[in-house]
Amino acid sequence: MSPRDIPTVSRIPGVFEKLKAAGRKALIPFITAGDPDKASTVPIMHALVTAGADIIELGVPFSDPMADGPTIQRSSERALKHGTSLRDCLDFVREFRSRDQATPVVLMGYANPIEAMGYDTFAAAAADAGVDGVLVVDYPPEESVELTTKLRAAGIDSIFLLSPTSLDQRMEEVAHLASGYVYYVSLKGVTGAAHLDLAEIARKIPQIRARVNLPIGVGFGIRDGATARAVSGISDAVVIGSRLVQEIEAAPPGQAAAKVGSLVAEIRRAMDAQA
Amino acid sequence: MQMTDLPDRKGHFGPYGGIFVAETLMYALDELRDNYERLRQDPAFVAEFEYELKHYVGRPSPVYFAKRLTEQCGGAQIWLKREDLNHTGAHKINNTMGQALVARHMGKKRIIAETGAGQHGVASATVAARFGMECVVYMGSEDIQRQAPNVYRMKLLGASVVPVESGSKTLKDALNEAMRDWVTNVEGTFYIIGTVAGPHPYPMMVRDFNSVVGRELLTQMPEAAGRFPDAILACVGGGSNAMGAFYPFIPHQEVRLIGVEAGGHGLHTGKHAATLCAGKPGVLHGNRTYLMQDENGQIMETHSISAGLDYPGVGPEHAWLKDTGRAEYVAVTDEEALEAFHALCRVEGIIPALESSHAVAQAMKMARTMSKDKVLLVNLSGRGDKDMNTVAHHSGLTL
Repeated sequence: MSPRDIPTVSRIPGVFEKLKAAGRKALIPFITAGDPDKASTVPIMHALVTAGADIIELGVPFSDPMADGPTIQRSSERALKHGTSLRDCLDFVREFRSRDQATPVVLMGYANPIEAMGYDTFAAAAADAGVDGVLVVDYPPEESVELTTKLRAAGIDSIFLLSPTSLDQRMEEVAHLASGYVYYVSLKGVTGAAHLDLAEIARKIPQIRARVNLPIGVGFGIRDGATARAVSGISDAVVIGSRLVQEIEAAPPGQAAAKVGSLVAEIRRAMDAQA
Repeated sequence: MQMTDLPDRKGHFGPYGGIFVAETLMYALDELRDNYERLRQDPAFVAEFEYELKHYVGRPSPVYFAKRLTEQCGGAQIWLKREDLNHTGAHKINNTMGQALVARHMGKKRIIAETGAGQHGVASATVAARFGMECVVYMGSEDIQRQAPNVYRMKLLGASVVPVESGSKTLKDALNEAMRDWVTNVEGTFYIIGTVAGPHPYPMMVRDFNSVVGRELLTQMPEAAGRFPDAILACVGGGSNAMGAFYPFIPHQEVRLIGVEAGGHGLHTGKHAATLCAGKPGVLHGNRTYLMQDENGQIMETHSISAGLDYPGVGPEHAWLKDTGRAEYVAVTDEEALEAFHALCRVEGIIPALESSHAVAQAMKMARTMSKDKVLLVNLSGRGDKDMNTVAHHSGLTL
């Protein structure tokens, strides 16, 4: 049985349906859990929702973040300095859920913390904490059938990346396993890079739509309201990460939630102004 | 399936190996795998590689009976496979030459590499100069301090050496940074990985190019010693020199294969890099293998006196050889490696790399307990010129 045959029970499809009915696009902020400290994470998550986030991607810090640029690398180092573990991340989601049962949370990170916990334990603990989706940067579809199947059985979507270098056949492999949404990495490179090629994105998205019957989020290179608005014109969701993490890094002690909230609110306004 | 037929099409050695990378690199790895699968069976490519090994690298490297070291230990015969005599002073050039030829056939004009001790960086810079390619080498800033002569050699050869300041500032962080470069410049860049790790097809490809070591031994040992060795010993960081020496002997069950890891200050101290002896399986740098990691799956900083062994992972084929019992893995401490280093200098007139000194130390230890008719073959993977500063420092001297 393919993981796609198991009906999803996560909060993600409902969010996209509601937005579609309202003619709006999803705003998906990314933050690293435990950055700048453990106590800040849940307040930042609530601030993101208040500012207009539809789904939250919560980064699980890893010692060797190979696909991330310097900004998110530094955030992982800060989080690991406080010993933020995968179990802590699940605790953050559980605490978040005590006040917010509606906003989907996607854990995003690398394979090894999940390998160390074990697939069964992780799937059960993530479902119990209220996680809706999991995105593992270094698990391509080829190596994810077992985990994807277990997550799906626990009611959790598996989010996969597609890139400018993904060929048709790879899109189909992703389509076979993915649920919730797919995340189109809008440029070759690591997170936090500066350039954004809208024409290239506009060319690629119809190719993905033809093969993957899921909402498409676009991330990497989105810095402000203007770029978010441009990208939301051609996709279903906008993912913004490094720019928010920069804001957290620069915030005076205790101000991270407020700073990141006002930036997300500004981006939300820009995205909605278009519609 | 025979063990020598591994990996499978997806790069698995039993549960190990595979392809664990971000989506952006999948296309590049598919392209590399398809090209390498074709080239490895192309007689013209094989002939080209063999020509370069003979005329540029200086192969075959000799086997040498270390008579005085054997007498000093008073037991089994110790033989050395002299990879230290290759051009650039280590086995690393077997692999970089092979990969540079693959890069040329794929039309890639820019090569990148990561390096720990600097030997792989030098070997990459060398072949880049040989073929007129741009070369960028990532190196942890800690290692740049430890291996200053090799940094200068790379620069002389025209390579740019980029210091890596993230994480532990050693080999694993250099590998992360090289991966980031590759994902950004994936179309025109060829990444020459320096060990039998990383995503498929690297573990297989690097093993194949280094297997010239073991293939030479298959004929050299019967000629020189009258038979195969009772054991082959090689140091294991990522494990490329060991894999090259072991692989052709996997079917020869009578030959013990012994990988020697970096025991650092001792396994009980936690300050070591003995991944197979003390780590557990996980996923890092594109493959599933044994890793030095904490209970939360975070990769631990390792320690070894030799930068080339200072790595928290190990090639996936070694993980499989360990689990199946075909190879054995042991650890040798910094102190034991230094003793062996000095012994080989004084008794044989050979200055070995600190990496290779680990294998020499294990051979000396074993030889003492074995009878004189037994034969131990040490893969002397590199020469120690690069280690002068480190060794002097440990003797309380500054050069």
